[in-house]
Amino acid sequence: MASAVCFRSAVVLLDRFPALTGVDLEVDPGEALLVRGPNGAGKTTLLRAIAGLAPVVDGSAEVLGHDLRRDRRAVRRQVGLFGHVTGLYDDLTVAENVRFSIRAAGGDPDGVAVALARVELDGRLASLAVAKLSAGQRRRTALAALIGRRPALWLLDEPHAGLDARGRDLLDEVIADAIATGATVVLASHDTDRAAAVATRTVTMVGGSLEARVRVS
Amino acid sequence: MFRDAALVAGKDLRIELRSRVATNQVAPFAVLVLLLFAFALDPDRGVLNRATPGLFWVAVLFSSLLAVQRSFGLEAADGGRDTLRLSGLDAAGIFVGKATAVALQLLALQVVLGVGVVVLYDAHLTGPAQLVATCLLATIGLAAAGTVYGVVAAGLRVRETLLPLLVLPVVAPVLLAGTKAWEAALAGAPADGWPWLRLLAVFAVVYVTVGVAAFGLLLEET
Repeated sequence: MASAVCFRSAVVLLDRFPALTGVDLEVDPGEALLVRGPNGAGKTTLLRAIAGLAPVVDGSAEVLGHDLRRDRRAVRRQVGLFGHVTGLYDDLTVAENVRFSIRAAGGDPDGVAVALARVELDGRLASLAVAKLSAGQRRRTALAALIGRRPALWLLDEPHAGLDARGRDLLDEVIADAIATGATVVLASHDTDRAAAVATRTVTMVGGSLEARVRVS
Repeated sequence: MFRDAALVAGKDLRIELRSRVATNQVAPFAVLVLLLFAFALDPDRGVLNRATPGLFWVAVLFSSLLAVQRSFGLEAADGGRDTLRLSGLDAAGIFVGKATAVALQLLALQVVLGVGVVVLYDAHLTGPAQLVATCLLATIGLAAAGTVYGVVAAGLRVRETLLPLLVLPVVAPVLLAGTKAWEAALAGAPADGWPWLRLLAVFAVVYVTVGVAAFGLLLEET
């Protein structure tokens, strides 16, 4: 079976700084990989490279069968990135933001209600402008957008940050659901106890490259 | 492409209707420009009347900068640019959608400015067909060129100051052709305006083509 992610000696430059210095990484379809490491290790850059946002300038990089060095836009509809920023429009309501995201990905707009209910933002909150939400509710809205898009590859960058206890539990359930439906998950987190509970494998990044691989289950 | 364009245009216009930046800031700014010209040239109302076409298009040009700045400002905060890249939307569709939203706002603005020049400059808007045709062609060109350079500027830290430097020299032909076509219409000599309308059409076609072809690259690389 082809890998969901296959990086070989992948190098990514941020301006002229080598943020990834020859990463070798293979992620199987349906796998949940936890990437851990200190601040500045390159975790976020790795996720952005997998999403096709950060160009791989050397080595090889294939994601879901697409060669990112040839066309890093090809993979966009199939990946979902849930990161430090939410990418929401303040003047649109919660439901409108999720609907826009789903329709942009070519998904079924009927999935809006389901996605909002999954993160417990249905009812009155759905028609509230995002500008009026708390930081945690904004994160949940972004998560609802991701759920609605149903990506084949979930890229989660510090996904538990900014969520309350219920939100973190919801997130873990959503990740488990995604894995159960065959999606692949790559998550970077400092909350290693919680993240390791949903991961099937852990790798550690240091200084822009992978240091070790530990299979946890 | 057109489905994505409709989605983006609908989103941008809905945000404008909610935030009312166009009605509360851009339109008052445009009227203010007309007023300032009126103050500067007040002693001779005949000058204002004769200069109506040029002053109208200068006001449109300045206002278009605000509209384009605002259009890309929507995605400037909270990772919006990355979200747009990851959205799966066709890049040409994003371009057409954003340019359409800007164009519709500019057309509405031109109606306000048209009333403004009648009231403030005592202008008589004769030859309405040519005036409208000029507005339509010039607006397409302005919106398309503004969107092309808007995405370039939006990716840079100095976007607020860079956009006018990029756009104003490029859209100088629109200012010239729009002014000449309006002068011909107001003078009751529409035939004199045809060459300028053709120039506006060529400008619009060139920038729509460039935008459709290059917007994806510009969104990625800037």
